Amino acid sequence: MNRLFAASAVALIASLSAAQAQTEIQWWHAMGGELGAKLEEITKGFNDSQDEYRIVPSYKGTYPETMTAAIAAFRAQQQPAIVQVFEVGTGTMMAAKGAIVPVHQLMADNDVAFDPAAYLPAVVGYYSDTDGNMLSLPFNSSTPILYYNKDVFEKAGLDRDTPPKTWAEFEEFSKKIKESGAANCGLSSRWVSWIQTENFSAWHNQPIGTLENGFGGLAARLSYNGPVQVKHWENLKRWADEGLYKYGGPVAGDNAAPLFYSQECAIYMESSGGRAGIVANAKDFEVGYGMLPYYDDVEGAPQNSIIGGASLWVLSGRPDEEYAGVAKFFEYLSSPEVQADWHQFTGYLPITQAAYDLSKEQGFYEQNPGTEISIKQITLNPPTENSKGLRFGNYVQIRGIIDEEFEQLLSGSKDAQGALDSVVERGNALLAEFEAQNQ
Amino acid sequence: MKRTIFRNQLLPWLLLAPQLAITFVFFLWPAAQAIRQSFLRQDAFGINTTFVGLSNFKALWTSPEYLNSLQVTAVFAVSVTILSMGFSLLLAVAVDRMIRSTSVYTTLLVWPYAVAPAVAGILWWFIFNPTIGVMPYVLATVGYDWNHISSKTDAMILVVIASAWKQISYNFLFFVAGLQSIPASLREAAAIDGAGPVRRFFDITLPLLSPTTFFLLVVNIVYAMFDTFAVIDATTEGGPAQATNIMVYKVYFDGFVGQNMGSSAAQSVVLMLIVIALTVIQFRWVEKKVAY
Repeated sequence: MNRLFAASAVALIASLSAAQAQTEIQWWHAMGGELGAKLEEITKGFNDSQDEYRIVPSYKGTYPETMTAAIAAFRAQQQPAIVQVFEVGTGTMMAAKGAIVPVHQLMADNDVAFDPAAYLPAVVGYYSDTDGNMLSLPFNSSTPILYYNKDVFEKAGLDRDTPPKTWAEFEEFSKKIKESGAANCGLSSRWVSWIQTENFSAWHNQPIGTLENGFGGLAARLSYNGPVQVKHWENLKRWADEGLYKYGGPVAGDNAAPLFYSQECAIYMESSGGRAGIVANAKDFEVGYGMLPYYDDVEGAPQNSIIGGASLWVLSGRPDEEYAGVAKFFEYLSSPEVQADWHQFTGYLPITQAAYDLSKEQGFYEQNPGTEISIKQITLNPPTENSKGLRFGNYVQIRGIIDEEFEQLLSGSKDAQGALDSVVERGNALLAEFEAQNQ
Repeated sequence: MKRTIFRNQLLPWLLLAPQLAITFVFFLWPAAQAIRQSFLRQDAFGINTTFVGLSNFKALWTSPEYLNSLQVTAVFAVSVTILSMGFSLLLAVAVDRMIRSTSVYTTLLVWPYAVAPAVAGILWWFIFNPTIGVMPYVLATVGYDWNHISSKTDAMILVVIASAWKQISYNFLFFVAGLQSIPASLREAAAIDGAGPVRRFFDITLPLLSPTTFFLLVVNIVYAMFDTFAVIDATTEGGPAQATNIMVYKVYFDGFVGQNMGSSAAQSVVLMLIVIALTVIQFRWVEKKVAY
């Protein structure tokens, strides 16, 4: 309740102070710490470049908190013009037709040049409708990659420059690492949902849901209880029992990181956006990078991984002049210089080909090993229906269900098939509810 | 009893107005909104609204998660109540027997009450953190592998301890006051008759303390059911696998994180009914039937 009050209070103050000559545009975001500082720096760059509009960024807490605040504000008619929403909120935002202004329409309405072909399809595809129209502007997109401890690999008698390519190699390497005493465990991973289930499915070209993973409409239902996913969950459980894998906790799996930093586990899976933090924390060892492992007996693997992170949504119901400013701001954000700067500083993916090319020209990838893996991984193959991304309503809760059922699997009260069946069954009930709400 | 009669009809209303306004704005109006919302199905942004009658409530009774939440809440409330009341009674009896430095102990024991629930949650979360906490380290030396992130039992123990600890001070104060109002002559008479300390406690102190005990019982159940949101949010967030997802937390999670306003409102209406029932029990039953 407090959050709701706080959100509306802030919105009220914001609306009171907006009556100035310069058009002020509110931007609610969820970037704390260094990312937040960088975001403000970029915004300042825009504000200084012209004097008609002023973007006012405000930090609203975590992703769910930011989204919740924006929705509550919308219901109270105090919404910001721009809100940053994480990828699992995409389904909810997209279904709210009267509440959003699609980016392609915003650009057209305000006569700002906009070429959809300039954007990386693997990134913008996630935020486009089935006709290829961009609905929200990708801001910080990342994809999970594999990090490993080169020193531990060497101690265990492995090649320090060869990360495991397949899950079979992962098991072999981890056993060696554990048996040699070089480290206590093989793998710690963040995000069981995003990395070990959703990305795992896309990487193996397995459907996450029906109707093109939900891109095709609200009638889509989940389907990640297929044999390939079941086999992987079964293995994770077995590896957990054998001590080759350590569970990092629900949602983002915050306890996974310390296990890698303290050299307890030699291999770590985390967002490419986490690279800077990992390098800063890996004080006593050298970090290596690799693509996600795959099962080589699965046809079509490796396909391409999918993104996570957040995009910028434009909410409806603001004065027209604000939208003109938002369109200009989005144009600025998409410029190669701003994109390349943001990409190189944070480790998030560039959203345009031009920004990628510029970073290459500047020699960024040679100077910073491991930074290009994420881009190579999402562009490895042209995305299929199974690897474009996913789009479901109520997905925050469905991710919670994935964690819960995974915990049931680890505690031994369910087997992998049972756990995944239950994820699908419970998730589908939420999808049916969402479909009914939005009809 | 002498009654004061106001001649002016307006004055009493005027004097009551501030309190009535607060009650209306912060209690009655939101409650009415919750009841209205519980009959509706709405998307997150409030664009499409359909009247669905009782189906939000029906969905609750067929939802395994909700039934689980009821069970979890019962286990949690009973454990917190027993633990915090038992422990504070023990402390109160100990302080009551003390001759010197009673006030120092009382002051020290009241301290935790000043700690905000969220802070208490974080405090215990640190103490019991499987990676960096002190307790798991100590427990590991006796062979217990503490992990509230994956073990449902450990998670429940953690939130019960954190919540009960907060409430001990409050209970302690009431028990001390209750104990001090028991005439010493009764216990002395029993002692002269040859009753030992244990016998005296169970036959004299405890029955005479029953008004306080029953009052605290209701207060503690209400506390455990409704005021422990911050503790849960700061420690387990209802996990693992919904093992600590008490009803209040589920209302918040389904409504604010899950954006399912209809179901969340229906759940809060159920909670409202429980509070009403507990209040009725306290006023009708406890206050009148417990022997003083």
